[in-house]
Amino acid sequence: MPQLNRDVRHPVSLTLNGKKVQGHAEPRMLLSDFLTHEIGITSCHVGCEHGVCGACTVLIDGNVSRACLTFAVQADGAAVDTAESLADDEGELSALQQAFKKHHGLQCGYCTPGILMSITAYLKEKPKPTEDELRDMLSGHLCRCTGYVGMVRAVLDYCENSGAGAKAE
Amino acid sequence: MADDAAVALKERYVGQPVERVEDATLLTGKAQFSDHLPTRAGTLHAAILRSPHAHARILSIDTSKAAARPGVAAVITGEDVRAISDPFLIVLRQPMHQWALAVDKVRYVGDPVVCVVADDRYHAEDALAFIDVEYEVLPAVVDQEAACEDGMPLVHEAMGANVASVRDFTYGDPDKAFAEADRIVKLRTYYPRNSQTPLEGFVVNAEYHSGENLYDVASNYQGPFTSHPVMSLALRVRNSQLRMRTPQWSGGGFGIKVQIFPYVVLMCLASKIAGRPVKWVEDRLEHLAAAAAAPNRVTTIEAAVKNDGTVTAFRFDQLDDYGAFLRAPMPGPLYRMHGILTGAYDIKNLAVTNRVVMTNKCPSSMVRGFGGPQMYFAIERLMHKVAVEIGMDPLEVMRRNLVPEGVFPYRAAAGALLDSGNYPEAIERAVNEGGLAELVRRRDAARKEGRLYGIGLATIVEPAQSNMGYLSNILPRDERARNPKGGAVANATVNVDPLGTVSVTADSIPQGQGHMTVLAQIVADELGLTPDDIKVSLDFDTAKDAWSIATGNYSSRFSSATAVAASKAARKVRDKLARIAAPGLNVEPEKLEFAGGKIFDPVNPDNAVNLYRVAGSAHWTPGNLPEGMEPCVRETGSWSPPELESPNELDQINTSLTYGFVFDFCGIEIDRDTGMVRIDKYVTMHDSGVLLNPLIANGQVYGAFAWAVGCALFEEFVYGDDGSFKTGTFADYLVPTSFEVPEPQILHMESPSTVSPLGAKGIGEGNCMSTPVCIANAVADALEAEGVNTDDLALPLHPSRIAKLIHGAETAPAAGRPELRPHPEKPAAGHMLTGDGETFVPAPPEEVWRTLLDEDSLAAVIPGCHRLDRLGENDYRADVSVGVGPVRGRFIAKVKLDELVEPESAKLSGSLTGPLGASQGEGHVRLTPEANGTRVSYDYSIVLTGTVASVGGRMLEGAARALVRQFFNRLVAQVGGGPEPAESWWSRLLRELGIRK
Ligand code: FES
Ligand code: FES
Repeated sequence: MPQLNRDVRHPVSLTLNGKKVQGHAEPRMLLSDFLTHEIGITSCHVGCEHGVCGACTVLIDGNVSRACLTFAVQADGAAVDTAESLADDEGELSALQQAFKKHHGLQCGYCTPGILMSITAYLKEKPKPTEDELRDMLSGHLCRCTGYVGMVRAVLDYCENSGAGAKAE
Repeated sequence: MADDAAVALKERYVGQPVERVEDATLLTGKAQFSDHLPTRAGTLHAAILRSPHAHARILSIDTSKAAARPGVAAVITGEDVRAISDPFLIVLRQPMHQWALAVDKVRYVGDPVVCVVADDRYHAEDALAFIDVEYEVLPAVVDQEAACEDGMPLVHEAMGANVASVRDFTYGDPDKAFAEADRIVKLRTYYPRNSQTPLEGFVVNAEYHSGENLYDVASNYQGPFTSHPVMSLALRVRNSQLRMRTPQWSGGGFGIKVQIFPYVVLMCLASKIAGRPVKWVEDRLEHLAAAAAAPNRVTTIEAAVKNDGTVTAFRFDQLDDYGAFLRAPMPGPLYRMHGILTGAYDIKNLAVTNRVVMTNKCPSSMVRGFGGPQMYFAIERLMHKVAVEIGMDPLEVMRRNLVPEGVFPYRAAAGALLDSGNYPEAIERAVNEGGLAELVRRRDAARKEGRLYGIGLATIVEPAQSNMGYLSNILPRDERARNPKGGAVANATVNVDPLGTVSVTADSIPQGQGHMTVLAQIVADELGLTPDDIKVSLDFDTAKDAWSIATGNYSSRFSSATAVAASKAARKVRDKLARIAAPGLNVEPEKLEFAGGKIFDPVNPDNAVNLYRVAGSAHWTPGNLPEGMEPCVRETGSWSPPELESPNELDQINTSLTYGFVFDFCGIEIDRDTGMVRIDKYVTMHDSGVLLNPLIANGQVYGAFAWAVGCALFEEFVYGDDGSFKTGTFADYLVPTSFEVPEPQILHMESPSTVSPLGAKGIGEGNCMSTPVCIANAVADALEAEGVNTDDLALPLHPSRIAKLIHGAETAPAAGRPELRPHPEKPAAGHMLTGDGETFVPAPPEEVWRTLLDEDSLAAVIPGCHRLDRLGENDYRADVSVGVGPVRGRFIAKVKLDELVEPESAKLSGSLTGPLGASQGEGHVRLTPEANGTRVSYDYSIVLTGTVASVGGRMLEGAARALVRQFFNRLVAQVGGGPEPAESWWSRLLRELGIRK
């Protein structure tokens, strides 16, 4: 464990969406601030900064994490994945993203990147959830715009027709 | 191409569930929200010190220590702001002066007091802890009804009262109707303070350009631009010297982002003072405590009722709580619905009293529904009660009083001009298609099993596109005659560039409503293109875009306003292109059709020319244009409906342009043990005129419904009797998740609006108005079946409130059992911490006594004390740094010892002020001599206000215990002369597990 000193900006390297990035952070800098203001990505949204809303959700080494409750230095050396990783390099939307578009699963879109990351990790564990199970999982996120209907339909449609569960059948 | 064109001709996008053009950017995380906007090097970051008190006089502010902190560029107080700006204009003529920072007094928890700008946000927040503000705490006025009484504390002394406005209105002959009524049914309703709390808070980037004396602002403001002059006047610049830009992407608004404007002014002033650009991002606690809330309302409503269920008159007394200040456009919620105070009913006689009252709470504002939720809660609860009292089916009472079929346009008593609809038919269809009969069977079956099941109904008229004159009615007739206001202008511009690509800008300032998509649909239809061909840019710039006072996104303004302006602009472009193309095609311009990217003669579709070529000629060869035609293709459509007039001499006003209709019914079940409400089925019928995009329209319904479920069951800003704010996190202000919001069944009817050229009405606010009361009526129905009186049913209907109605108030706990925590419903004061304990000190009582009363040894005993000043006899002020759990940072402690009985007992009282807010407390210490020393026993009670109270004071109980323990451990060390005893790992473990104190 490296020695960290307050008021000192420490180098922090991540594998962010498959690419190596580096920046500097004081020990107290939040990962959400680091990603947005030091690295400059635009998908890690902050809605509460106290771990309730889920807007800042990213995957750290594949684990669903709240970036607002993580210090940047804690993620040093880790693989961090955000919503920028979901579409292909040409910007073609993934099947899950297309399902969100088709079912109007987003309005302002502020909650959406975090929700997509939770769903991505969840469906790896559980490729074909029931609606109740899915709603239970989504209850870890707040969306103030949509009433959740479109996103629930989107995920169920995706699982039925494109996801790992669909292929397995 | 002929066939293609013919096919394309049939293709219309308006009315289709077109997928959104916004989505790809948002789904890939590429949208640049306000926090992502580029800032130039040297930009400063602001943090705001806010009042921990609901009401206090500011005695002094010492910023010197904060100014010396690392990275701090400027520390700005109310006096600095007062010197270079003016108070905000308000609608009423009242001495209610509000600057961007508090001056002289603070009036609510969260009132901004000092603004620090520093090189980064962390440094700015650090510095807040080093500002010393001395307050004289004043009694707060919290309850809106009590606030109206004489002798209460005054929020604004210069007003001489807390009631800022009283207006009476009479339409028809209500006195006669009440005199002739078979019975009068009366109800008093309470609608709580709440907000839809957008997930993205306020963001302001401001830069003062001294060379031009110009303020340049980028913020996620949502309009209305009536507030633009409010800001420029406060800043003491001409309107054109305040450039307001809003980015394309905004993380939700719901009306609340109207209230960024005081912070826009604050950051402009900070930039001017610091000489550098300033950025501020609001955090969640700031948003919940201090952004804005829908006003809580107490309504006394009476109906004059005939025995057959006909209601012949309503009488309202509406008392709205606007909190500490009236910020423009307040008191909008009391007047925006004015024309439609009779709801969906054909009631000709109406009496209304509107009262505006000020209290020590966050200033109120527009919040989705904008006055509708409060008003319909009263009306529809009353109609339910009418049915119960006369023993009729509520649906029958509703039907009997509806505005009948075939009378549109219909002038409602207070002036609304209902444009179109068929209310009875909409209800019949909802009842049949939604399965009300089946739901009634389900209720009856559930009740047979002894379950608590209820059905509720609600019907509302949903207004859209506000008349800018709606607030005029608050002014006396002669006053408003001098300065009449009415209308509602919308603007949109369509441009075709030299290569024929079409772009659109407009004044709608959306926050996720899909306006880009709908505008693309509208323009595509006019020009025979596809939505993908149209580039819509809705970022906005007052220096460059066409705007007017109505500009912005509020009051369901889009479908009947901006959308119409865009179709007008596209029509102008189409006409121009047709005139350019006509000579070449040898067809009269009016006869030409547009489809598939071509302009052609419908009689001979092969006689065609590409649109891009025609548009290009207006750029490349302007000399060849028809005689008198201007070059380029850029047209702005402006539209203001003639139906929106100023109030007439009878005080009637058509408050909005279009009026949609909503009818809801639902079935709910209450858990008898817990009081928890479960929504079993919800049906919502909307007649919103023509649906421009059904996918997006339904999205608006789902979203409004979800928030309304929150309003019905969970959401309320809770204040203590002392004005402390208790719901400062999303763990305290509960909002519904995917688990609590069921999917409602949506039904549509489409009666085109006759006053809006596209036939569309609003749809995004209806459920905010209908759903809370529909659920409340269902809960009432369930409880009434048990013989419970539901007159006082107040939102939110959380389990403890309902359990109390089912089981009666909780009985006092049996002796010896701990007191239950009081429910926030009736909060006593701020959060209360109490405790007691004892410890043994190996020294005689006299020595302990001396230590406590000696200045130097007391300084050594107070944990983290690095400075102790004597204010008087046994009266001290200490500067302490604390680090126990969540209690961290620098605090100012005031400690006073009195009731001294040497060497036996003393009373300690004092206060602690710091980054977490303020606390007041007192305690007693008793010294009992024992064989080898003294037994010191103590008790304490501490009342918290400010941040700690807002974010869940319960977390602090352990911290308070630890601090008190530290104090006595140090006392032992001091008296015994040894070091503070180290705690054994065993006792520490027990303590952390909560097994031992
Ligand atoms: S911002 Fe991280 S959970 Fe809300
Ligand atoms: S889409 Fe706006 S918060 Fe979810």
